[in-house]
Amino acid sequence: MLLIPCPFCGPRDESEFGCGGEAHIARPTDTDRLSDADWAAYLFMRKNPKGVHLERWVHRLGCRRWFNLARSTVSHEILAVYKMGDPPPASVAGQEARRT
Amino acid sequence: MPAKTRYSIFSLVRNAFSYHENWEEAWRSPEPRPEYDVIIVGGGGHGLATAYYLAKEHGITNVAVLEKGWIGGGNTGRNTTVVRSNYLWDESAHLYEHALKLWEGLSQELNFNVMFSQRGLLNLAHSPHEMRGLARRVYALNLNGIDSELLNLEQVRAMCPILNFSPKARYPIYGASLQRRGGVARHDAVAWGYARGADARGVDIIQNCEVTGFQISNGKVHGVETTRGTIRANKVGVVAAGHSSVLADLAGFRLPIQSHPLQAAVSEPVKPILDTVVMSGAVHVYVSQSDKGELVLGAGIDSYNSYSQRGSPKVVEDMFGALVELFPIFSRLKVLRTWGGIVDVCPDASPIIGRTPVEGLYFNCGWGTGGFKATPSSGWVFAHTIANDRPHPLNEAFGLERFSSGHLIDEHGAAAVAH
Ligand SMILES: Cc1cc2nc3c(=O)[nH]c(=O)nc-3n(C[C@H](O)[C@H](O)[C@H](O)COP(=O)(O)OP(=O)(O)OC[C@H]3O[C@@H](n4cnc5c(N)ncnc54)[C@H](O)[C@@H]3O)c2cc1C
Ligand SMILES: [Zn+2]
Repeated sequence: MLLIPCPFCGPRDESEFGCGGEAHIARPTDTDRLSDADWAAYLFMRKNPKGVHLERWVHRLGCRRWFNLARSTVSHEILAVYKMGDPPPASVAGQEARRT
Repeated sequence: MPAKTRYSIFSLVRNAFSYHENWEEAWRSPEPRPEYDVIIVGGGGHGLATAYYLAKEHGITNVAVLEKGWIGGGNTGRNTTVVRSNYLWDESAHLYEHALKLWEGLSQELNFNVMFSQRGLLNLAHSPHEMRGLARRVYALNLNGIDSELLNLEQVRAMCPILNFSPKARYPIYGASLQRRGGVARHDAVAWGYARGADARGVDIIQNCEVTGFQISNGKVHGVETTRGTIRANKVGVVAAGHSSVLADLAGFRLPIQSHPLQAAVSEPVKPILDTVVMSGAVHVYVSQSDKGELVLGAGIDSYNSYSQRGSPKVVEDMFGALVELFPIFSRLKVLRTWGGIVDVCPDASPIIGRTPVEGLYFNCGWGTGGFKATPSSGWVFAHTIANDRPHPLNEAFGLERFSSGHLIDEHGAAAVAH
Protein backbone atom coordinates (compact mmCIF):
# COMPACT_ATOMS: atom_id res chain seq x y z
CA MET A 1 0.00 0.00 0.00
CA LEU A 2 1.35 3.42 -0.93
CA LEU A 3 1.65 6.19 1.65
CA ILE A 4 1.10 9.27 -0.47
CA PRO A 5 2.23 12.69 0.71
CA CYS A 6 -0.54 15.04 -0.38
CA PRO A 7 1.07 18.48 -0.71
CA PHE A 8 -2.00 19.98 1.00
CA CYS A 9 -2.89 17.42 3.69
CA GLY A 10 0.30 15.47 4.35
CA PRO A 11 0.84 11.70 4.19
CA ARG A 12 -2.32 9.67 3.68
CA ASP A 13 -3.24 6.14 2.77
CA GLU A 14 -3.38 5.25 -0.93
CA SER A 15 -7.04 4.30 -0.66
CA GLU A 16 -7.93 8.01 -0.33
CA PHE A 17 -6.44 8.78 -3.75
CA GLY A 18 -7.14 8.28 -7.40
CA CYS A 19 -4.39 7.89 -9.97
CA GLY A 20 -4.73 10.02 -13.10
CA GLY A 21 -1.87 8.58 -15.16
CA GLU A 22 0.95 10.35 -16.98
CA ALA A 23 1.51 14.02 -16.05
CA HIS A 24 2.51 16.96 -18.25
CA ILE A 25 0.47 16.02 -21.32
CA ALA A 26 -0.42 19.27 -23.05
CA ARG A 27 -3.46 19.39 -25.27
CA PRO A 28 -2.34 20.41 -28.77
CA THR A 29 -3.44 23.94 -29.70
CA ASP A 30 -3.35 23.72 -33.50
CA THR A 31 -6.08 21.07 -33.57
CA ASP A 32 -7.45 22.01 -36.98
CA ARG A 33 -4.11 21.17 -38.57
CA LEU A 34 -3.17 18.18 -36.42
CA SER A 35 -2.41 14.95 -38.28
CA ASP A 36 -4.10 11.68 -37.33
CA ALA A 37 -0.76 10.41 -36.02
CA ASP A 38 -0.38 13.47 -33.78
CA TRP A 39 -3.92 13.01 -32.50
CA ALA A 40 -3.11 9.38 -31.74
CA ALA A 41 0.05 10.44 -29.90
CA TYR A 42 -1.90 12.92 -27.78
CA LEU A 43 -4.89 10.69 -27.07
CA PHE A 44 -3.37 7.24 -26.73
CA MET A 45 0.42 7.00 -26.70
CA ARG A 46 1.74 7.01 -23.16
CA LYS A 47 5.04 6.81 -21.36
CA ASN A 48 5.30 3.54 -19.52
CA PRO A 49 8.81 3.58 -18.06
CA LYS A 50 10.35 0.84 -15.98
CA GLY A 51 11.80 3.42 -13.64
CA VAL A 52 10.75 6.93 -12.66
CA HIS A 53 7.23 7.88 -13.77
CA LEU A 54 5.80 11.39 -13.53
CA GLU A 55 2.09 11.03 -12.81
CA ARG A 56 -1.00 12.86 -11.58
CA TRP A 57 -2.94 11.90 -8.48
CA VAL A 58 -6.08 13.33 -6.91
CA HIS A 59 -6.80 13.31 -3.19
CA ARG A 60 -10.30 12.05 -3.87
CA LEU A 61 -11.43 11.43 -0.29
CA GLY A 62 -9.52 14.39 1.17
CA CYS A 63 -8.93 17.89 -0.13
CA ARG A 64 -9.97 16.70 -3.64
CA ARG A 65 -7.08 18.53 -5.23
CA TRP A 66 -4.79 17.27 -7.99
CA PHE A 67 -0.99 17.18 -7.76
CA ASN A 68 2.00 15.48 -9.41
CA LEU A 69 4.13 12.61 -8.13
CA ALA A 70 7.47 11.23 -9.30
CA ARG A 71 7.37 7.55 -8.42
CA SER A 72 9.44 4.49 -9.24
CA THR A 73 7.40 1.88 -11.06
CA VAL A 74 9.82 -0.80 -9.84
CA SER A 75 10.22 -0.10 -6.10
CA HIS A 76 7.08 2.11 -5.80
CA GLU A 77 9.27 4.65 -3.93
CA ILE A 78 7.86 8.18 -4.13
CA LEU A 79 10.73 10.46 -5.14
CA ALA A 80 9.03 13.85 -5.33
CA VAL A 81 5.68 15.58 -4.94
CA TYR A 82 4.94 18.84 -6.74
CA LYS A 83 2.00 21.00 -7.65
CA MET A 84 -0.01 20.95 -10.87
CA GLY A 85 1.52 23.28 -13.40
CA ASP A 86 4.98 23.09 -11.82
CA PRO A 87 7.79 21.43 -13.74
CA PRO A 88 9.29 18.28 -12.19
CA PRO A 89 11.96 19.08 -9.56
CA ALA A 90 15.55 19.04 -10.80
CA SER A 91 16.25 15.95 -8.69
CA VAL A 92 13.99 13.79 -10.88
CA ALA A 93 13.85 15.67 -14.18
CA GLY A 94 15.38 13.63 -16.98
CA GLN A 95 15.45 10.47 -14.87
CA GLU A 96 12.38 8.97 -16.43
CA ALA A 97 14.18 6.54 -18.67
CA ARG A 98 16.67 5.52 -16.01
CA ARG A 99 15.92 2.27 -14.25
CA THR A 100 15.79 2.34 -10.49
CA MET B 1 15.39 -33.87 -34.41
CA PRO B 2 14.64 -37.08 -32.44
CA ALA B 3 10.92 -37.70 -32.18
CA LYS B 4 9.47 -37.34 -28.71
CA THR B 5 8.00 -40.24 -26.79
CA ARG B 6 4.23 -40.07 -27.02
CA TYR B 7 2.67 -39.56 -23.63
CA SER B 8 0.11 -42.33 -23.10
CA ILE B 9 -0.97 -44.94 -20.61
CA PHE B 10 1.71 -47.25 -22.10
CA SER B 11 4.57 -44.79 -21.66
CA LEU B 12 3.31 -44.19 -18.14
CA VAL B 13 3.40 -47.89 -17.33
CA ARG B 14 6.76 -48.36 -19.04
CA ASN B 15 8.29 -45.56 -17.00
CA ALA B 16 6.79 -46.87 -13.79
CA PHE B 17 9.27 -49.78 -14.03
CA SER B 18 12.14 -47.35 -13.64
CA TYR B 19 10.42 -45.39 -10.89
CA HIS B 20 9.71 -42.49 -13.31
CA GLU B 21 13.37 -41.55 -13.16
CA ASN B 22 14.09 -41.92 -16.87
CA TRP B 23 11.51 -39.72 -18.58
CA GLU B 24 13.17 -37.81 -21.39
CA GLU B 25 13.27 -34.04 -20.98
CA ALA B 26 10.23 -32.31 -22.48
CA TRP B 27 12.42 -29.77 -24.31
CA ARG B 28 16.15 -29.24 -24.76
CA SER B 29 18.11 -26.28 -23.36
CA PRO B 30 20.46 -25.52 -26.25
CA GLU B 31 23.06 -22.76 -26.42
CA PRO B 32 21.81 -19.92 -28.63
CA ARG B 33 23.04 -20.13 -32.21
CA PRO B 34 24.42 -16.95 -33.83
CA GLU B 35 21.53 -16.70 -36.30
CA TYR B 36 17.93 -17.80 -36.76
CA ASP B 37 15.22 -17.20 -39.35
CA VAL B 38 12.86 -15.92 -36.66
CA ILE B 39 13.42 -14.87 -33.05
CA ILE B 40 10.50 -14.75 -30.64
CA VAL B 41 11.07 -12.53 -27.61
CA GLY B 42 9.13 -13.77 -24.58
CA GLY B 43 8.56 -17.38 -23.57
CA GLY B 44 5.03 -17.09 -22.24
CA GLY B 45 2.17 -19.10 -23.67
CA HIS B 46 1.72 -16.66 -26.56
CA GLY B 47 5.39 -16.69 -27.58
CA LEU B 48 5.63 -20.48 -27.36
CA ALA B 49 2.38 -20.94 -29.29
CA THR B 50 3.73 -18.58 -31.97
CA ALA B 51 6.89 -20.69 -32.30
CA TYR B 52 4.84 -23.90 -32.38
CA TYR B 53 2.56 -22.70 -35.20
CA LEU B 54 5.50 -21.16 -37.12
CA ALA B 55 7.02 -24.63 -37.20
CA LYS B 56 3.85 -26.64 -37.63
CA GLU B 57 1.72 -24.48 -39.94
CA HIS B 58 4.37 -22.56 -41.86
CA GLY B 59 7.34 -24.95 -41.89
CA ILE B 60 9.64 -22.34 -40.32
CA THR B 61 11.68 -24.33 -37.82
CA ASN B 62 14.89 -22.33 -37.53
CA VAL B 63 13.36 -20.37 -34.66
CA ALA B 64 14.50 -19.36 -31.17
CA VAL B 65 12.27 -18.35 -28.27
CA LEU B 66 14.24 -16.07 -25.93
CA GLU B 67 12.93 -15.85 -22.38
CA LYS B 68 14.52 -13.67 -19.73
CA GLY B 69 13.43 -15.90 -16.86
CA TRP B 70 11.83 -19.31 -17.17
CA ILE B 71 9.10 -20.19 -19.65
CA GLY B 72 5.60 -19.54 -18.38
CA GLY B 73 6.97 -17.54 -15.42
CA GLY B 74 5.22 -14.34 -16.50
CA ASN B 75 1.48 -13.84 -16.71
CA THR B 76 0.98 -17.28 -18.19
CA GLY B 77 1.90 -18.88 -14.86
CA ARG B 78 0.15 -16.22 -12.78
CA ASN B 79 -3.25 -16.04 -14.35
CA THR B 80 -6.57 -17.41 -13.15
CA THR B 81 -7.09 -19.44 -16.36
CA VAL B 82 -10.59 -18.34 -17.37
CA VAL B 83 -11.24 -19.34 -20.99
CA ARG B 84 -14.25 -17.97 -22.90
CA SER B 85 -15.07 -16.25 -26.18
CA ASN B 86 -18.03 -14.04 -25.23
CA TYR B 87 -16.72 -10.73 -26.57
CA LEU B 88 -19.01 -8.08 -28.05
CA TRP B 89 -17.56 -6.95 -31.38
CA ASP B 90 -17.22 -9.16 -34.46
CA GLU B 91 -13.43 -8.74 -34.62
CA SER B 92 -12.87 -9.93 -31.06
CA ALA B 93 -15.60 -12.55 -31.10
CA HIS B 94 -13.94 -14.24 -34.09
CA LEU B 95 -10.43 -14.02 -32.63
CA TYR B 96 -11.41 -15.45 -29.23
CA GLU B 97 -13.76 -18.03 -30.74
CA HIS B 98 -10.94 -19.30 -32.95
CA ALA B 99 -8.97 -19.77 -29.72
CA LEU B 100 -11.84 -21.58 -28.04
CA LYS B 101 -12.09 -23.98 -30.97
CA LEU B 102 -8.37 -24.66 -30.77
CA TRP B 103 -8.69 -25.19 -26.98
CA GLU B 104 -11.27 -27.87 -27.61
CA GLY B 105 -8.67 -30.05 -29.35
CA LEU B 106 -5.50 -28.76 -27.71
CA SER B 107 -4.64 -31.67 -25.41
CA GLN B 108 -4.82 -34.06 -28.39
CA GLU B 109 -2.99 -31.66 -30.68
CA LEU B 110 -0.10 -31.24 -28.24
CA ASN B 111 -0.20 -34.75 -26.72
CA PHE B 112 -0.08 -32.87 -23.44
CA ASN B 113 -2.98 -32.64 -21.01
CA VAL B 114 -3.83 -28.96 -20.66
CA MET B 115 -6.75 -29.95 -18.43
CA PHE B 116 -9.20 -27.84 -20.37
CA SER B 117 -12.47 -28.07 -18.48
CA GLN B 118 -15.57 -26.62 -20.15
CA ARG B 119 -17.54 -26.18 -16.97
CA GLY B 120 -19.45 -23.13 -18.17
CA LEU B 121 -19.11 -19.57 -17.12
CA LEU B 122 -21.67 -17.19 -15.61
CA ASN B 123 -21.52 -13.41 -15.86
CA LEU B 124 -23.81 -12.01 -13.17
CA ALA B 125 -26.00 -8.96 -13.59
CA HIS B 126 -26.83 -6.91 -10.50
CA SER B 127 -29.19 -4.38 -12.06
CA PRO B 128 -31.72 -4.22 -14.90
CA HIS B 129 -29.23 -2.08 -16.85
CA GLU B 130 -26.52 -4.66 -16.52
CA MET B 131 -28.99 -7.30 -17.61
CA ARG B 132 -29.67 -5.27 -20.75
CA GLY B 133 -25.94 -4.94 -21.39
CA LEU B 134 -25.53 -8.70 -21.10
CA ALA B 135 -28.52 -9.28 -23.39
CA ARG B 136 -26.95 -7.09 -26.03
CA ARG B 137 -23.73 -9.09 -25.84
CA VAL B 138 -25.53 -12.45 -25.91
CA TYR B 139 -27.51 -11.44 -29.03
CA ALA B 140 -24.37 -10.16 -30.74
CA LEU B 141 -22.63 -13.45 -29.95
CA ASN B 142 -25.53 -15.50 -31.24
CA LEU B 143 -25.46 -13.53 -34.49
CA ASN B 144 -21.83 -14.58 -34.77
CA GLY B 145 -22.78 -18.20 -34.20
CA ILE B 146 -21.13 -18.34 -30.78
CA ASP B 147 -22.84 -20.11 -27.88
CA SER B 148 -24.12 -17.80 -25.21
CA GLU B 149 -27.44 -17.60 -23.40
CA LEU B 150 -29.30 -15.41 -20.97
CA LEU B 151 -30.42 -16.89 -17.66
CA ASN B 152 -33.11 -15.50 -15.42
CA LEU B 153 -32.86 -15.53 -11.66
CA GLU B 154 -34.33 -19.00 -11.26
CA GLN B 155 -32.00 -20.48 -13.85
CA VAL B 156 -29.01 -18.94 -12.09
CA ARG B 157 -30.23 -20.32 -8.78
CA ALA B 158 -30.54 -23.80 -10.28
CA MET B 159 -27.02 -23.63 -11.62
CA CYS B 160 -25.26 -22.09 -8.65
CA PRO B 161 -27.42 -22.35 -5.51
CA ILE B 162 -24.71 -21.08 -3.13
CA LEU B 163 -24.93 -17.50 -4.43
CA ASN B 164 -26.63 -14.95 -2.23
CA PHE B 165 -30.12 -14.63 -3.79
CA SER B 166 -31.65 -12.65 -0.95
CA PRO B 167 -33.55 -9.61 -2.26
CA LYS B 168 -31.85 -7.72 0.57
CA ALA B 169 -28.38 -8.71 -0.64
CA ARG B 170 -25.99 -5.85 -1.12
CA TYR B 171 -25.48 -7.04 -4.72
CA PRO B 172 -28.88 -8.43 -5.71
CA ILE B 173 -28.77 -10.87 -8.62
CA TYR B 174 -31.04 -10.18 -11.59
CA GLY B 175 -29.82 -12.88 -13.92
CA ALA B 176 -26.71 -13.81 -15.83
CA SER B 177 -25.25 -14.68 -19.17
CA LEU B 178 -23.87 -18.17 -19.60
CA GLN B 179 -21.30 -19.53 -22.01
CA ARG B 180 -21.40 -23.30 -21.58
CA ARG B 181 -18.28 -23.90 -23.64
CA GLY B 182 -16.25 -21.58 -21.40
CA GLY B 183 -14.22 -22.83 -18.47
CA VAL B 184 -10.69 -23.12 -17.17
CA ALA B 185 -7.42 -24.82 -18.12
CA ARG B 186 -4.08 -25.62 -16.52
CA HIS B 187 -1.87 -22.56 -17.16
CA ASP B 188 1.59 -24.16 -16.84
CA ALA B 189 0.58 -27.09 -19.00
CA VAL B 190 -0.23 -24.72 -21.84
CA ALA B 191 3.29 -23.26 -21.78
CA TRP B 192 4.90 -26.69 -21.36
CA GLY B 193 2.77 -28.36 -24.02
CA TYR B 194 3.53 -25.70 -26.64
CA ALA B 195 7.21 -25.69 -25.61
CA ARG B 196 7.47 -29.45 -26.01
CA GLY B 197 5.66 -29.38 -29.34
CA ALA B 198 7.81 -26.51 -30.66
CA ASP B 199 11.03 -28.16 -29.46
CA ALA B 200 10.08 -31.42 -31.16
CA ARG B 201 9.84 -29.50 -34.43
CA GLY B 202 13.29 -27.96 -34.01
CA VAL B 203 12.61 -24.69 -32.20
CA ASP B 204 15.33 -23.66 -29.69
CA ILE B 205 13.88 -22.58 -26.36
CA ILE B 206 16.44 -20.45 -24.58
CA GLN B 207 15.73 -19.46 -21.01
CA ASN B 208 17.63 -16.96 -18.85
CA CYS B 209 18.25 -14.86 -21.94
CA GLU B 210 17.02 -11.27 -21.73
CA VAL B 211 16.73 -9.14 -24.83
CA THR B 212 18.41 -5.81 -24.08
CA GLY B 213 18.33 -4.15 -27.50
CA PHE B 214 17.56 -4.50 -31.19
CA GLN B 215 19.93 -4.29 -34.14
CA ILE B 216 18.16 -1.94 -36.51
CA SER B 217 19.57 -0.29 -39.61
CA ASN B 218 17.74 1.50 -42.42
CA GLY B 219 14.48 0.88 -40.63
CA LYS B 220 14.95 -2.90 -40.69
CA VAL B 221 15.65 -5.29 -37.88
CA HIS B 222 18.66 -7.59 -38.16
CA GLY B 223 18.86 -9.16 -34.73
CA VAL B 224 18.77 -8.66 -30.99
CA GLU B 225 21.25 -7.94 -28.22
CA THR B 226 20.85 -10.27 -25.29
CA THR B 227 22.46 -11.07 -21.97
CA ARG B 228 23.90 -14.08 -23.81
CA GLY B 229 25.30 -12.14 -26.76
CA THR B 230 24.10 -10.91 -30.11
CA ILE B 231 21.72 -13.14 -32.05
CA ARG B 232 20.89 -12.34 -35.67
CA ALA B 233 17.52 -12.74 -37.39
CA ASN B 234 15.72 -10.73 -40.04
CA LYS B 235 12.37 -11.36 -38.39
CA VAL B 236 11.73 -10.74 -34.71
CA GLY B 237 8.38 -11.19 -32.97
CA VAL B 238 7.96 -9.61 -29.54
CA VAL B 239 5.41 -11.11 -27.13
CA ALA B 240 6.48 -9.65 -23.82
CA ALA B 241 3.15 -8.78 -22.12
CA GLY B 242 3.87 -6.30 -19.27
CA HIS B 243 7.30 -5.46 -20.71
CA SER B 244 6.07 -4.54 -24.20
CA SER B 245 6.58 -0.79 -23.73
CA VAL B 246 10.15 -1.35 -22.53
CA LEU B 247 10.93 -3.32 -25.70
CA ALA B 248 9.13 -0.80 -27.95
CA ASP B 249 11.29 1.92 -26.34
CA LEU B 250 14.39 -0.08 -27.27
CA ALA B 251 13.13 -0.33 -30.85
CA GLY B 252 12.35 3.40 -30.99
CA PHE B 253 8.56 3.62 -31.23
CA ARG B 254 5.69 4.20 -28.83
CA LEU B 255 2.77 2.06 -27.75
CA PRO B 256 -0.55 3.10 -26.20
CA ILE B 257 0.08 0.61 -23.40
CA GLN B 258 0.27 0.99 -19.63
CA SER B 259 1.66 -1.71 -17.34
CA HIS B 260 -0.43 -2.35 -14.25
CA PRO B 261 -0.37 -4.97 -11.49
CA LEU B 262 -3.20 -7.48 -11.61
CA GLN B 263 -3.70 -9.59 -8.51
CA ALA B 264 -5.22 -12.96 -7.77
CA ALA B 265 -5.58 -15.29 -4.79
CA VAL B 266 -6.33 -18.87 -3.84
CA SER B 267 -8.07 -20.16 -0.74
CA GLU B 268 -7.26 -23.27 1.22
CA PRO B 269 -8.49 -26.38 -0.61
CA VAL B 270 -11.99 -27.63 0.16
CA LYS B 271 -14.25 -30.36 -1.21
CA PRO B 272 -16.02 -29.67 -4.51
CA ILE B 273 -18.51 -26.85 -4.01
CA LEU B 274 -18.42 -24.75 -7.19
CA ASP B 275 -18.66 -26.54 -10.53
CA THR B 276 -18.68 -23.52 -12.82
CA VAL B 277 -16.97 -20.14 -13.14
CA VAL B 278 -18.82 -17.15 -11.68
CA MET B 279 -17.85 -13.60 -12.50
CA SER B 280 -19.26 -10.23 -11.61
CA GLY B 281 -18.00 -7.27 -13.55
CA ALA B 282 -19.86 -4.78 -11.41
CA VAL B 283 -18.35 -5.79 -8.07
CA HIS B 284 -14.90 -6.83 -9.36
CA VAL B 285 -14.57 -10.46 -8.46
CA TYR B 286 -14.61 -13.81 -10.20
CA VAL B 287 -14.13 -17.30 -8.83
CA SER B 288 -13.72 -20.91 -9.86
CA GLN B 289 -12.59 -24.01 -8.01
CA SER B 290 -9.37 -25.73 -9.02
CA ASP B 291 -9.01 -29.50 -9.28
CA LYS B 292 -7.02 -29.34 -6.05
CA GLY B 293 -10.05 -27.78 -4.34
CA GLU B 294 -8.75 -24.24 -3.92
CA LEU B 295 -10.99 -21.35 -4.84
CA VAL B 296 -9.20 -19.32 -7.49
CA LEU B 297 -10.09 -15.64 -7.23
CA GLY B 298 -9.25 -12.62 -9.28
CA ALA B 299 -9.68 -8.89 -8.90
CA GLY B 300 -9.40 -5.76 -11.03
CA ILE B 301 -6.11 -4.00 -11.78
CA ASP B 302 -4.29 -1.63 -9.44
CA SER B 303 -4.75 1.92 -10.69
CA TYR B 304 -1.07 2.89 -10.98
CA ASN B 305 1.69 1.83 -13.39
CA SER B 306 4.06 -0.77 -12.04
CA TYR B 307 6.59 -3.40 -13.00
CA SER B 308 6.89 -4.85 -9.51
CA GLN B 309 4.62 -7.92 -9.84
CA ARG B 310 2.81 -6.93 -6.68
CA GLY B 311 -0.10 -4.62 -6.00
CA SER B 312 -1.81 -3.01 -3.03
CA PRO B 313 -3.69 -5.01 -0.36
CA LYS B 314 -6.68 -2.71 -0.84
CA VAL B 315 -7.50 -4.29 -4.19
CA VAL B 316 -7.47 -7.83 -2.80
CA GLU B 317 -9.42 -6.72 0.24
CA ASP B 318 -12.16 -5.29 -2.00
CA MET B 319 -12.16 -8.53 -3.96
CA PHE B 320 -12.65 -10.62 -0.81
CA GLY B 321 -15.37 -8.22 0.32
CA ALA B 322 -17.27 -8.71 -2.94
CA LEU B 323 -16.73 -12.48 -2.78
CA VAL B 324 -18.26 -12.95 0.65
CA GLU B 325 -21.19 -10.71 -0.25
CA LEU B 326 -21.91 -12.91 -3.26
CA PHE B 327 -21.06 -16.21 -1.54
CA PRO B 328 -21.68 -15.91 2.21
CA ILE B 329 -20.70 -19.59 2.51
CA PHE B 330 -17.08 -18.72 1.67
CA SER B 331 -16.69 -16.21 4.48
CA ARG B 332 -14.74 -18.51 6.79
CA LEU B 333 -12.32 -19.88 4.22
CA LYS B 334 -8.68 -19.03 4.75
CA VAL B 335 -6.54 -17.45 2.07
CA LEU B 336 -3.53 -19.51 1.07
CA ARG B 337 -1.71 -16.92 -1.01
CA THR B 338 -2.09 -13.84 -3.17
CA TRP B 339 0.17 -12.72 -6.01
CA GLY B 340 0.36 -10.30 -8.89
CA GLY B 341 1.40 -10.14 -12.50
CA ILE B 342 2.10 -7.14 -14.71
CA VAL B 343 -0.50 -6.74 -17.42
CA ASP B 344 -0.22 -4.63 -20.58
CA VAL B 345 -3.39 -2.57 -20.67
CA CYS B 346 -4.55 -1.07 -23.96
CA PRO B 347 -7.00 1.90 -24.17
CA ASP B 348 -9.69 -0.16 -25.93
CA ALA B 349 -9.08 -3.38 -23.92
CA SER B 350 -8.11 -5.19 -27.13
CA PRO B 351 -4.73 -6.56 -28.16
CA ILE B 352 -2.26 -5.11 -30.68
CA ILE B 353 -1.02 -7.77 -33.11
CA GLY B 354 0.88 -6.93 -36.23
CA ARG B 355 3.68 -5.08 -37.94
CA THR B 356 5.51 -2.12 -36.40
CA PRO B 357 7.27 0.94 -37.81
CA VAL B 358 10.43 -1.24 -37.98
CA GLU B 359 10.51 -3.67 -40.92
CA GLY B 360 10.76 -7.30 -39.84
CA LEU B 361 9.79 -6.46 -36.27
CA TYR B 362 6.36 -7.60 -35.13
CA PHE B 363 4.58 -6.99 -31.83
CA ASN B 364 1.86 -8.98 -30.11
CA CYS B 365 0.79 -7.25 -26.92
CA GLY B 366 -1.94 -5.35 -25.11
CA TRP B 367 -3.78 -8.51 -24.03
CA GLY B 368 -3.98 -6.93 -20.59
CA THR B 369 -6.06 -8.80 -18.07
CA GLY B 370 -7.46 -11.39 -20.46
CA GLY B 371 -5.02 -12.97 -22.89
CA PHE B 372 -4.65 -16.48 -21.48
CA LYS B 373 -7.86 -17.62 -23.14
CA ALA B 374 -6.53 -16.38 -26.47
CA THR B 375 -3.16 -18.16 -26.26
CA PRO B 376 -3.84 -20.60 -29.13
CA SER B 377 -5.27 -18.08 -31.59
CA SER B 378 -2.78 -15.39 -30.60
CA GLY B 379 0.06 -17.75 -31.52
CA TRP B 380 -1.84 -18.87 -34.62
CA VAL B 381 -2.37 -15.40 -36.09
CA PHE B 382 1.01 -14.06 -34.97
CA ALA B 383 2.82 -16.96 -36.66
CA HIS B 384 0.86 -16.20 -39.83
CA THR B 385 1.70 -12.48 -39.57
CA ILE B 386 5.43 -13.18 -39.16
CA ALA B 387 5.60 -15.88 -41.82
CA ASN B 388 3.77 -13.82 -44.47
CA ASP B 389 4.69 -10.31 -43.36
CA ARG B 390 1.00 -9.45 -43.29
CA PRO B 391 -1.80 -10.15 -40.83
CA HIS B 392 -4.15 -13.11 -40.90
CA PRO B 393 -7.78 -12.02 -41.56
CA LEU B 394 -8.46 -12.68 -37.87
CA ASN B 395 -5.95 -10.06 -36.67
CA GLU B 396 -6.21 -7.53 -39.49
CA ALA B 397 -8.29 -5.16 -37.36
CA PHE B 398 -5.87 -5.38 -34.41
CA GLY B 399 -2.95 -3.41 -35.87
CA LEU B 400 -1.26 -0.45 -34.18
CA GLU B 401 -2.73 1.74 -36.98
CA ARG B 402 -6.15 1.62 -35.37
CA PHE B 403 -5.12 4.28 -32.88
CA SER B 404 -4.64 6.84 -35.65
CA SER B 405 -7.43 5.59 -37.92
CA GLY B 406 -9.87 5.66 -35.01
CA HIS B 407 -11.07 2.08 -35.52
CA LEU B 408 -10.82 1.12 -31.86
CA ILE B 409 -12.31 -2.19 -30.74
CA ASP B 410 -13.82 -1.25 -27.40
CA GLU B 411 -14.14 -4.39 -25.32
CA HIS B 412 -14.30 -2.80 -21.86
CA GLY B 413 -17.66 -4.43 -21.26
CA ALA B 414 -16.41 -7.91 -22.06
CA ALA B 415 -12.84 -7.58 -20.85
CA ALA B 416 -12.46 -5.04 -18.08
CA VAL B 417 -12.89 -7.05 -14.91
CA ALA B 418 -14.13 -10.41 -16.07
CA HIS B 419 -10.87 -11.83 -17.37
C1 LIG C 1 -3.50 -12.29 -11.89
C2 LIG C 1 -3.84 -12.47 -13.33
C3 LIG C 1 -5.01 -13.11 -13.70
C4 LIG C 1 -5.33 -13.29 -15.03
N1 LIG C 1 -6.45 -14.00 -15.34
C5 LIG C 1 -6.74 -14.30 -16.62
C6 LIG C 1 -7.84 -15.13 -16.93
O1 LIG C 1 -8.54 -15.64 -16.04
N2 LIG C 1 -8.11 -15.40 -18.24
C7 LIG C 1 -7.35 -14.87 -19.24
O2 LIG C 1 -7.66 -15.10 -20.40
N3 LIG C 1 -6.27 -14.07 -18.98
C8 LIG C 1 -5.94 -13.78 -17.69
N4 LIG C 1 -4.85 -12.99 -17.39
C9 LIG C 1 -4.06 -12.41 -18.49
C10 LIG C 1 -3.10 -13.42 -19.09
O3 LIG C 1 -2.33 -13.99 -18.06
C11 LIG C 1 -2.17 -12.77 -20.09
O4 LIG C 1 -2.87 -11.95 -21.01
C12 LIG C 1 -1.44 -13.82 -20.91
O5 LIG C 1 -0.97 -14.86 -20.09
C13 LIG C 1 -0.29 -13.19 -21.63
O6 LIG C 1 0.51 -14.20 -22.18
P1 LIG C 1 1.93 -13.87 -22.73
O7 LIG C 1 2.52 -15.15 -23.15
O8 LIG C 1 1.82 -12.78 -23.72
O9 LIG C 1 2.66 -13.20 -21.47
P2 LIG C 1 3.65 -13.78 -20.37
O10 LIG C 1 3.30 -15.13 -19.91
O11 LIG C 1 3.79 -12.70 -19.35
O12 LIG C 1 4.97 -13.92 -21.22
C14 LIG C 1 5.80 -12.82 -21.56
C15 LIG C 1 7.21 -13.27 -21.31
O13 LIG C 1 8.11 -12.31 -21.84
C16 LIG C 1 9.26 -12.33 -21.03
N5 LIG C 1 10.04 -11.14 -21.28
C17 LIG C 1 9.72 -9.85 -20.96
N6 LIG C 1 10.71 -9.02 -21.33
C18 LIG C 1 11.66 -9.79 -21.92
C19 LIG C 1 12.95 -9.51 -22.51
N7 LIG C 1 13.43 -8.25 -22.57
N8 LIG C 1 13.67 -10.54 -23.01
C20 LIG C 1 13.20 -11.82 -22.94
N9 LIG C 1 12.00 -12.14 -22.40
C21 LIG C 1 11.25 -11.13 -21.90
C22 LIG C 1 8.70 -12.43 -19.62
O14 LIG C 1 9.66 -12.92 -18.70
C23 LIG C 1 7.53 -13.38 -19.81
O15 LIG C 1 7.82 -14.73 -19.51
C24 LIG C 1 -4.48 -12.79 -16.05
C25 LIG C 1 -3.30 -12.14 -15.70
C26 LIG C 1 -2.96 -11.99 -14.35
C27 LIG C 1 -1.67 -11.31 -14.01
ZN1 LIG D 1 -5.12 16.43 0.22
